[in-house]
Amino acid sequence: MKRELPLLMTAVIGLLMLLSFFVPHHVVSVPADFLQQCAVIVVAFGYVLGGANALRVNLEGIAKRQPDWPYKLVLVVTLVFTVAVGLKEGRHWQDDHSTSMFLYNRVYSPMQGTMFALLAFYIASAAFRAFRVRTVEAGLLAAAALIVMLGRVPVGDQMTMWLPEPLRLGAVQDWIMNVPQNAAKRAVLMGAALGVMATGLRVILGIERSYLGGGD
Amino acid sequence: MDEAEDRALSLSQDFGVWVAALLTLCVFSFLYKDNPLYKLAEHLFVGVSAGYYIVLNFWTVVVPNLFDPLYRAFTGHDPVTHAAVPQPGGPFAASLGDYRGWFLFPGLLGVLLFTRLSRRVDWMSRWSLAVIIGVYAGLKTTGFAQGDLVAQAQASLQPLWGPDLWTSLNAILFTVGLVTSLLFFFYSREHKGTLGVLARTGIVFLMVSFGAGYGYTVMSRLSLLIGRFQFLLEDWLGIK
Amino acid sequence: MGLAWLEKLDRRWLFLIVGLLVLGPLVRPIGVPLGSSKPVRQFHDAIAALPSHSIVLMSCDYDPGGKPEMVPPTRTAFRQLMEKHCRVVITCLWTGGSGLVDETIEQTANELRAKGMDIVYGRDYVDLGYKAGYEAVMVLMGKGIANAFPQDQRANRTSSLPLMHEVKDYSSFVLLVNISAGYPGTKEWVQQVNARFHLPMISACTAVSAPEYYPYLQSGQLRGLLGGMAGAAEYEKLRGEKGSATRGMDAQSLAHVFVALCIVMGNVVQWTKRRTAP
Repeated sequence: MKRELPLLMTAVIGLLMLLSFFVPHHVVSVPADFLQQCAVIVVAFGYVLGGANALRVNLEGIAKRQPDWPYKLVLVVTLVFTVAVGLKEGRHWQDDHSTSMFLYNRVYSPMQGTMFALLAFYIASAAFRAFRVRTVEAGLLAAAALIVMLGRVPVGDQMTMWLPEPLRLGAVQDWIMNVPQNAAKRAVLMGAALGVMATGLRVILGIERSYLGGGD
Repeated sequence: MDEAEDRALSLSQDFGVWVAALLTLCVFSFLYKDNPLYKLAEHLFVGVSAGYYIVLNFWTVVVPNLFDPLYRAFTGHDPVTHAAVPQPGGPFAASLGDYRGWFLFPGLLGVLLFTRLSRRVDWMSRWSLAVIIGVYAGLKTTGFAQGDLVAQAQASLQPLWGPDLWTSLNAILFTVGLVTSLLFFFYSREHKGTLGVLARTGIVFLMVSFGAGYGYTVMSRLSLLIGRFQFLLEDWLGIK
Repeated sequence: MGLAWLEKLDRRWLFLIVGLLVLGPLVRPIGVPLGSSKPVRQFHDAIAALPSHSIVLMSCDYDPGGKPEMVPPTRTAFRQLMEKHCRVVITCLWTGGSGLVDETIEQTANELRAKGMDIVYGRDYVDLGYKAGYEAVMVLMGKGIANAFPQDQRANRTSSLPLMHEVKDYSSFVLLVNISAGYPGTKEWVQQVNARFHLPMISACTAVSAPEYYPYLQSGQLRGLLGGMAGAAEYEKLRGEKGSATRGMDAQSLAHVFVALCIVMGNVVQWTKRRTAP
């Protein structure tokens, strides 16, 4: 029953969700709505579990004096502090000038932005060191990339101001996005949709069981 | 002269802005090489974000969507104002959107998720996962079917003969691109002969789309850097 | 010597050049003129065509990682909606985004109040905040917005807010304005809400996602599309504003030229090396 009951639950719930798309009757729509509420709550618990797991892993690292354990201590202390402050501040923890919002606006938000901003440097470096045109197809990719990159920003049109309007980088970029790019992306979209539908049905019918993990 | 005065340095007086700016510079220091300041900032960020996620999901989902309805169902009072809230039919008389005592079920599933932390009892978390997987498998299957397959196939059925030559050429090229790109993903037969020619044509369109995607990705990443520099210049140094 | 030294160039020199090319125009703007593309005009016109006092759902699905691309269109769209006297219900489906979204909306509302506009929270706009659950939340809202969001961002009961007395489910909205940085976002709203509940929608998304949404624009599932900071800058121009997206376009232009040069030079170095190889 350790594997069979979850498989049965997935099958029944999945079929009910499929049915709810077609059947508006309350016999189907009310249980489907309730299950969506359940999913929302369980996902939220999942985030709490993720935080708890981060705490557990780092506490183990500190106890075993793993390399960089002082930094793990910083992580654990800030995690516990953030949770304690947030819980203490109650339902209005997101009000202006709360300590939680200070941590969000002055620690979390700028650092997350900066972590992503680092990518700009790496993409420039990779463009120089790794982008190699060795085949015709790669050449097509490079040509499209150059036209779109330059055509999408104001400087593209300025550089090709001397050309007739339909041949300027902006117009060519526009055409690439609307015709060949659009056609290929639609094909990928439709192909992916077929793949997701097949996988969804495999999961609902119990053919795909990897989400149960190993063991009994 | 006025422009130079407008661009003069005017350091922020806000302690929070200084904290944000210094942490930003600590993260940027990684570009030179990995160093203790970056490691400190990184671990601080992970700690604060993990803590924030816990608190956020607690106060925005666990309390209003789970605890509050259960409190109202079993006590007949509002958990915040303590005003009486009639519960006709009792705690298990549910209707659309008002599930009262039935929220014990997702509450239990949520708690069972924590059994994943122990090897001996982690099999119980499969029940919680089964609900999640069942719900999302159902939603995604119908969503992709209607939004990505049916609607896109419908939109692809466009007239190939338009009001002018350019529109017609574009429509034909679009259709050729769509069909050949789809044929590229048809692996049930070897790409030889006519199918091979069509699949190689599809590759041309796919490469153009990947190139366009790369161009847009470059734009996106650079925008993120521009945003951080705008913060440092405008909010921290006051150069507007 | 040729170009062989370029192959051994320490990448930190490239980092420095990128940094300077971005910093320079932010300190000393060049002022390259901006255009406007059709998808952005469609985005703008979709809001411009709304009847006054209609209710709009604005789902801001991003976090601080996407701030430079997402905050400018949020501000500009909210301003345009308020100036049309539309009423706006705001949601956020990204963990880590609700604080930023609330701050952005409040700052914009305060700017409009400072200009003399009578905008009241709870009557003219409501921020319902964050909810976990991705697509499940989207479908849940179809049976009742208040069922999915029993309280708003400020812990007020949703049913106590005057605007929410007129909002039942998606049929109460005339348009969905989605500002999206990834998953869950525009794709999921198209699949779950536009496809199931037929709510018209427009999208402002990050540049990374924009190419993927062109098929939705062409099929009519999206009525307007605004991609990345460039799209946000064009939108600001259409509205006669000069926000952070417009101010960033000079830096964006120079940096793009540099990356294009990197691609070309990287390949020139490689070809030269292969030609001179024994």
